[in-house]
Amino acid sequence: MEIGLNHYLVLSTILFAIGLVGVMRRKNLLMLFFATEILLNSVNISFAAISHHYGDLTGQMFAFFVIAIAASEVAVGLGLLILWHKRHGNIDLDQMSTMKG
Amino acid sequence: MFEAIAFYLFAFLTIAMFYITVTTSQALYALTALAAGMIFISAFFFILGADFLGAIQIVVYSGAVMALYAFGMMFFDTTRDVKEKHGNKLIISGLSILTAVLVVVIFAAPLVSSNIEAFYPMTEGVGNTQDVGMVLFTKYLVPFEVAAVMLLVAMISGIVLAGKKMDLSLTLMDEATIAEEKARRDEENKKVLS
Repeated sequence: MEIGLNHYLVLSTILFAIGLVGVMRRKNLLMLFFATEILLNSVNISFAAISHHYGDLTGQMFAFFVIAIAASEVAVGLGLLILWHKRHGNIDLDQMSTMKG
Repeated sequence: MFEAIAFYLFAFLTIAMFYITVTTSQALYALTALAAGMIFISAFFFILGADFLGAIQIVVYSGAVMALYAFGMMFFDTTRDVKEKHGNKLIISGLSILTAVLVVVIFAAPLVSSNIEAFYPMTEGVGNTQDVGMVLFTKYLVPFEVAAVMLLVAMISGIVLAGKKMDLSLTLMDEATIAEEKARRDEENKKVLS
């Protein structure tokens, strides 16, 4: 029983679906950030698997850049979240409707 | 054989952990499950021969990102149960699965279309870390530097957004206002300490 590229792609699909379900059903913004981390990681798995499949390093390089983007996203996102929490006292997604038309 | 056992074991563990992360109503459980899932994902990178990526995954995610999230959890009052949106379950799961399959099709489309040759093939006889270093610091040097600038921008914006009184500039204020500000802050500190 050989583990091929398809196994990793299916696993990546499942994890991406879990992350998307999390993004759509969470109302707390901190929990929404957790779900976005899952999305980024599922894509990283398929990058590494395709890189292994071709014997090519490009996939791994892109996985590194995805990790760097995830780290900076967390830093900026938490900073903005702290600012919002100081002003309004909650981090509820449904209450952030000040720009609603 | 061992590869198959390891793959299925870690696939099950990862899916279980991430399922807990998106479904639990307690923020602490979600954080812990997410940290565990990140470490299990690094196992896939080790199986795939991307050793350096696996090490980076552990260091960055369970080290840096989880520490940031733990700080955020302590800052926000997340001890109470998290309220959930109760939308249409069918629409949510349908859309999620559709988008996920779409992502895999995007990734898999070049595989079926034609035979692709490796852009930067792995060098024989050198370890993965050395190989990654050679490619990263020659072909991907400019994106690497841009990523470094992006991390610097993220760090500065994190400090400015989360710090206190970051909108004031001491160089633009005259001496009297600075002294006044300092006296007021000393008064505040005395009140807090007593």
